[in-house]
Amino acid sequence: MQESWLLFKRNLADFWKTFRHNRMGLMGAFLVLTAILLAIFAPLVTTTSPNEIIRDANGRGLTFAPPFVHGPLGTDDAGHDVWAQLAFGARISLTVGFLAGFIAMFVGSLLGILAGYFGGWLDNLIMRITDVLLVIPDLPLMLVLVAAIRQLNLQISPLTVLILVIGLLYWTSTARLVRSQVLTIKERQFVARARAIGAGHIHIIRNHILPQIMPLIVANTVLILSTAILIESGLAFLGLGDPTQPSWGTMLNFAFDRNAISNNAWWFYLPPGLAIVWVSLGCVLLGNVLEEMLNPRLTGHHLEGEARVVKITGEEAAHAQHLG
Amino acid sequence: MSRRDLLIRKLLLSLVTMFVVVAINFVLFRILPGDPVRAVIGRNVKISAEVQQSLREQFGLDKPVFPDQFFSTLGQWARGNLGVSWSLRKPVAEILVAKLWNTLLLIGLGQILSIFLGVVLGLFAGWKRKTALDVGALTFSLIAWATPTFWLGIILLAAGSSWLGLPTRGIVSPENVGKPLYTVIPDLMAHLFLPTLTLSILYLGEYMLIMRSSILEVLSEDYILTAKAKGMSHWQVLWKHALKNAMLPIVTIVALNLGFTVSGAIYIETVFSYDGLGKLFQTALTKQDYPLLQGAFLLLAVSVILANMLADILYTYLDPRVKAS
Amino acid sequence: MHNTSVKSPLLRVRHLSTEFVMPVDQRVARALEDVSFDVYPGQTIGLVGESGCGKTTTLMSVMRLLPANARLSGQVFFKDTDLLTLNEKSMRSYRWKELAIVFQGAMNALNPVMRVGEQIREAITLHKLMDREQAETRVGELLEMVGIPKERGAQYPFQYSGGMRQRAMIAMALACSPSLLFADEPTTALDVMVQAQVLELLKKIQQDFGLAIVIVTHDLGVVAELCDTVVVMYGGKVAEYGPVDMIYNAPQHPYTQRLLESFPDLARSDPSEALASIPGTPPRLTELPPGCRFEPRCYVRLEKCKFEAPPLLEVNDNHFAACHLCKGAEARF
Ligand SMILES: Nc1ncnc2c1ncn2[C@@H]1O[C@H](COP(=O)(O)OP(=O)(O)OP(=O)(O)O)[C@@H](O)[C@H]1O
Ligand SMILES: [Mg+2]
Repeated sequence: MQESWLLFKRNLADFWKTFRHNRMGLMGAFLVLTAILLAIFAPLVTTTSPNEIIRDANGRGLTFAPPFVHGPLGTDDAGHDVWAQLAFGARISLTVGFLAGFIAMFVGSLLGILAGYFGGWLDNLIMRITDVLLVIPDLPLMLVLVAAIRQLNLQISPLTVLILVIGLLYWTSTARLVRSQVLTIKERQFVARARAIGAGHIHIIRNHILPQIMPLIVANTVLILSTAILIESGLAFLGLGDPTQPSWGTMLNFAFDRNAISNNAWWFYLPPGLAIVWVSLGCVLLGNVLEEMLNPRLTGHHLEGEARVVKITGEEAAHAQHLG
Repeated sequence: MSRRDLLIRKLLLSLVTMFVVVAINFVLFRILPGDPVRAVIGRNVKISAEVQQSLREQFGLDKPVFPDQFFSTLGQWARGNLGVSWSLRKPVAEILVAKLWNTLLLIGLGQILSIFLGVVLGLFAGWKRKTALDVGALTFSLIAWATPTFWLGIILLAAGSSWLGLPTRGIVSPENVGKPLYTVIPDLMAHLFLPTLTLSILYLGEYMLIMRSSILEVLSEDYILTAKAKGMSHWQVLWKHALKNAMLPIVTIVALNLGFTVSGAIYIETVFSYDGLGKLFQTALTKQDYPLLQGAFLLLAVSVILANMLADILYTYLDPRVKAS
Repeated sequence: MHNTSVKSPLLRVRHLSTEFVMPVDQRVARALEDVSFDVYPGQTIGLVGESGCGKTTTLMSVMRLLPANARLSGQVFFKDTDLLTLNEKSMRSYRWKELAIVFQGAMNALNPVMRVGEQIREAITLHKLMDREQAETRVGELLEMVGIPKERGAQYPFQYSGGMRQRAMIAMALACSPSLLFADEPTTALDVMVQAQVLELLKKIQQDFGLAIVIVTHDLGVVAELCDTVVVMYGGKVAEYGPVDMIYNAPQHPYTQRLLESFPDLARSDPSEALASIPGTPPRLTELPPGCRFEPRCYVRLEKCKFEAPPLLEVNDNHFAACHLCKGAEARF
């Protein structure tokens, strides 16, 4: 294994030592992990299937039943168990969010490395594309794209469409970040040396550049994940999700469209939103802490309080007095 | 870079972006409905053969797709001819203009409130770093960031309507529809309260974060120490030296965030059934009213691009480093 | 008081110690310890020593401009007032009016979005020394004095060259006619020609205004040219302190000796080269040795140097050194 990768591994160990003491980071990790666990173990923590209609003694659908009248979170307008929907919705929300986030991360890193490493017209082209994408309002663009793709009848599942559209539009910030980092690494000694001894581009990128930018990419990915999850929920809320596989956003779409608010069915519209906040807040906390650990802002600023003057000891004071 | 070079650069970028938007819209226009004439006139509208023929000619549908059709369509759009809405059976441009002002009202209110508050709070949070105020502001911003816009809207809608008895839909009550807006100001304010609040909370978190990191950066600069060494008080340093330097990047960032603002409007207008472009967009989407969808997309995108360009131009006037060279 | 022919010192620094609490691990870096020296009116003092030895910290401590993680103790008398006892508000009236400073790396010390003339005028009107109109005239005079055409006061810092910015900073420092000027490495980072200009300017100021100057520099050539007294610092302490000719001709502290040796030709000055020639590195301020701080690098060290910090001894009239090898009475600081 390459030296730089070993260094990367060692840094990882150091990282854990510092991270363990960071309350914000731990909190973020906790939020994200619990959500992942819920998604994985959804069948174990629920007693009914999300599609099963709960019926009362007379066999009629138990609609808008409050919590504990049925289950921990009651039922929705059609008599589905909200808790089961929430647990199974985690699978959809997290899968779509994470896959889209990873695509964005991959595309962004790849283009960032290409732009930063090779420079020239390629760099120019990629950067102009990011400039353009940055200015076009993203949500309208996505809505129009999703609508168009659906119209084409390509036989792709709606969730795949969401994943692709989000992933292929949210790579710009990663690309810029990676590019600027690659630019500074490229100037360093060891890269110049590697090039001087005739190492190939792929070799240099894999063994010298990647290990250096990996931490940055990880931190950025975590932040991108939260964006992806939020966007997914938004698109689903606007009705672009898959009604047969409801995510948290789809649940909110149903809740809103089917009068959960006027029925005061708070157990229907609060939990999915809280779940989204739970995960995206977790990612944001985690991402911010990772970023902060990468480039710590050590010193304060110039208007941050005054230096403290400590009283000198009696002996010293007497000594100074004597001098007059 | 001199001011002229910078302006030309920005202008070119805006033009390219505009071109990309138009191209996307054009391609979608071809993809979406089967027959472009149908797209223009609507699915179920009965029209005479002559009108159909004249429309065909208007859009040059008898000519090749590129460049003839592309440029003639572009020409039509430039003249404000965006086709006819399928669901509303009115010219798209007419519908859009009617909704535009409502959206501007909502976004404008939300932006002004949150920029002002965000700048002030962010300034104090950064200045008094690590105090309760800062931690509070930071926590608020992070939570606001992690909260889906529409869900916050739903909660405020539920809470505001049941506890405060605020109206839940539209811009004015049904009995006031059609009256000039300034005659029904109290009713209007009651309707605007919740959507504006939602938007402001979300933007506020964003602007507070931006201002905070901007002021932190500025306050670490050498010239702040110079000002302090001159004998200025913290307030004087903030007011005379830090504020302008910290505000400059805000102009650009606010402009770049306009896309985010538009997303906010789409969600909020949907939740509050607020009769603006965002709601229109959502309706067009659910009703698969493609001409309307594309028209709205074109208008939103072009406005954001233009606003961005204006902000860039404004910046060159505000920053002496660009102005003087 | 009773004898007016003997000038009393303008600034008396006594037992000044400064510590920084490191933000990450809360360890304490003792950047200054027991620093004492005097500055008389009209005098020019050179503050020399390796990078990180506490020169800037000394100036910043006197002006009370250190950040909140710093802790100061000792006394700093300006005329008869102990600056360390003042509250922030009274301290402000001393800044710039009495004590002005040209910062190290002054390249970024000017506000980029404010006209240079305006920044100078601000200092004058802030202390209510003149009305606005008079102040404008004075700004023109100051700029002309440092060799900048007064029309260029209407320009922004980025329109100035590095040397001009440095000179503008000096003009700004003189705006309120302070009685003491601190110049923290005023010539580093400037090219040789510009360095010479700035030095000429400082010389002129010295002659024309008769204000006291404390110059921080790595460059012993500059010290020889401008200063009458030298304070040599090592690892946060005063190693040697005295009149410039005594120090240059009869250095007492091994560190000063090495420092001078590494400058065989005082006219040629490349500090990086000079520092490379003393083997070893300065001590870490968070892990200071109990004895003499120079001991690990010293070539004449004694056994007790390891455990016992040498006091500052007066080896000759007004010539002090902190070394166990020196003979003399303990300094009366
Ligand atoms: N705000 C601070 N927090 C922590 N440590 C500091 C701070 N300011 C200075 N130090 C430390 O105090 C020591 C003295 O620094 P100082 O800037 O006074 O050195 P210097 O002699 O001026 O060096 P140079 O010639 O490089 O300017 C250094 O080790 C520095 O790291
Ligand atoms: Mg220094």
